[in-house]
Amino acid sequence: MNSRDQILAAVKANQPELTPLPQLDSFFKGQETALIEKFTQVLNGIGGKVIVVANTNEIISLLKENYSLDQIRVISPLASMQEIANNNIDNHNPHALENVELAILPAHFAVAENGACWLDESILLDRVLPFITQHLILIVNKVNVLPTMHHAYEKIGNEQYGYGAFIAGPSKTADIEQSLVLGAHGARSLWVFLV
Amino acid sequence: MKTLDHAERADIFNEDEKRVDWHDETLWWIRQKRDKSAHQIPEWEDLRETASAIKSNTLSNLHDYLLEFEKNALQNGVIIHWAADAKEHNEIVYRLLKEKGIDKMVKSKSMLTEECHLNEYLEHQGIEVIDSDLGERIVQLAKEPPSHIVLPCIHKKKEEIGELFHEHLGTPKGNADPQLLTEAARVHLRDTFLTRKAALTGVNFAVAETGEIVICTNEGNADMGAHLADIHIACMGIEKIIPKREHLSVFLRLLARSATGQPITTYSSHFAKPRDGKELHIILVDNGRTRQLGREEFRNSLKCIRCGACMNTCPVYRRSGGHSYHNAIAGPIGAILAPNLDMKQYADLPFASTLCGSCSNVCPVKIDIHDQLYKWRQVLVKEGYTTTAKQVAMKTMATTLSSPALYKLAGKAARTTLKYAPFMVNNKFNAWYLQRDMPKVPQSSFGEWYKINRKKNEQ
Ligand code: SF4
Repeated sequence: MNSRDQILAAVKANQPELTPLPQLDSFFKGQETALIEKFTQVLNGIGGKVIVVANTNEIISLLKENYSLDQIRVISPLASMQEIANNNIDNHNPHALENVELAILPAHFAVAENGACWLDESILLDRVLPFITQHLILIVNKVNVLPTMHHAYEKIGNEQYGYGAFIAGPSKTADIEQSLVLGAHGARSLWVFLV
Repeated sequence: MKTLDHAERADIFNEDEKRVDWHDETLWWIRQKRDKSAHQIPEWEDLRETASAIKSNTLSNLHDYLLEFEKNALQNGVIIHWAADAKEHNEIVYRLLKEKGIDKMVKSKSMLTEECHLNEYLEHQGIEVIDSDLGERIVQLAKEPPSHIVLPCIHKKKEEIGELFHEHLGTPKGNADPQLLTEAARVHLRDTFLTRKAALTGVNFAVAETGEIVICTNEGNADMGAHLADIHIACMGIEKIIPKREHLSVFLRLLARSATGQPITTYSSHFAKPRDGKELHIILVDNGRTRQLGREEFRNSLKCIRCGACMNTCPVYRRSGGHSYHNAIAGPIGAILAPNLDMKQYADLPFASTLCGSCSNVCPVKIDIHDQLYKWRQVLVKEGYTTTAKQVAMKTMATTLSSPALYKLAGKAARTTLKYAPFMVNNKFNAWYLQRDMPKVPQSSFGEWYKINRKKNEQ
């Protein structure tokens, strides 16, 4: 017998009698209030920043104020951002993204309870982009702030992605004597614009 | 050469009292962050109950879930491997690298590869492995194993890290600023990520329904490695399976809050398919897990999601340090898992506990950790590991800590008392131990053994 069959046979022989799967319904109840406030408070608490704006023009002017956009490489798949960014990348060579300073990506939705945003492969241009960029901007529609992770997976449903990630705040570590340092290996900062 | 047991190693750790205090306080602080975070979720106890029930169902139907996972992952274009033990796991990794002519690999956190001693094995074959989690890189440079499953270098002072980085990464001598040291590691490891063709990662959850794996990090190192490499090898124990994607909601709500008090890790990455033109391999490892599944009293230990909460809260772990457990996984859960791998070598570990139950109280998947430790003691005695067990039992804190009141007290005062208690063999008639252990043990051999040793202990 090869290892596969051996392991499967041992599992079958040793697993206990079937027990039922629990329902998750109760976790959906009573979670719906003040979602934007909650999301903002949580994400601020873990080193991110939330900015509520009326439209994408406001985002562009805010970014112009804060970055020397003409001196850095800015990547975004969004048509509305092409004035300050481009979507010109080569997926066969993700290493070439190493000099990206700013990535501006849409996110499908945000989660109020933990400050996370969900992005799957269909909108992030390249899997490594949200990690390799020095700074990350995510743009989420205000109506897509969901209460909890249960709502999040309900929304994801049976979506067939190759890759997807929840991103909650900038990359960080506290491995050196538990001192929190932002900017471990991924993005050094994360701003989320709620439009 | 005799390997040192837990009590002897704990004695060494306790030579530096200030460091022990600091270690103790740091971990307790993390435990408090966990409490604060948990208390913000009114349905916390329901979540724990649900997580435990999902894991029970998983273990009771693991055979079919493994097949379902395999089928879906294969459909996603993932290559699946099965390894019966550590040796086979290591050989698979090596073969994959060799086939591609790769001799340098970047690795993110994987306790399974620690359990399998993959790094040593690969280095022996001439493969260079660089750990990319900052804490793991630090212990790797120090040529030490991680001392905690979530916080690998929790035992190290920043000055020691500054010294290591000065030597290996050329940071200024005498500089121990965490910001500067982290930046130095970022630059050094960025270069590693960009130049490695193979990346190995662990797996937090594997979903049977979709064939996807989920990897949680704060640093982003798993993603940086995996997305830039030609070949991504993900290693997982077979117990990492969960039935459905929607169950991730329960586990991701619990994991980081239990571990560090964060609401979620910065990155929770779902890998379903390899990148275009690249390879994703998943190695499913047994290494004693099917045996543990068959041990009725201990199978619940397979529910563990490796959050580390049981370590942070454990009075013995906090005051003896992770290395004293001489096993890849330290602390209360390590002490249950290790004897399954080798009863003789790890006979001392189930005795490295006060059975205070704090671990079981914080465990997000409600493993009856302290009960299992107690049950292991009985098994070890019954199976004839009494000589080992007898020697160590009289030295460990379990027997020298005589007062249950110590565990009821909270805060600084109690911990100051604890500091001295474990290593002073001055307990008289040990009513607590008797009460907790004796009536439940039917074997007369154990009773006699206890009586003899108790006398010795009183001398
Ligand atoms: S046994 Fe429970 S508390 Fe300990 S690491 Fe595992 S899941 Fe966490």
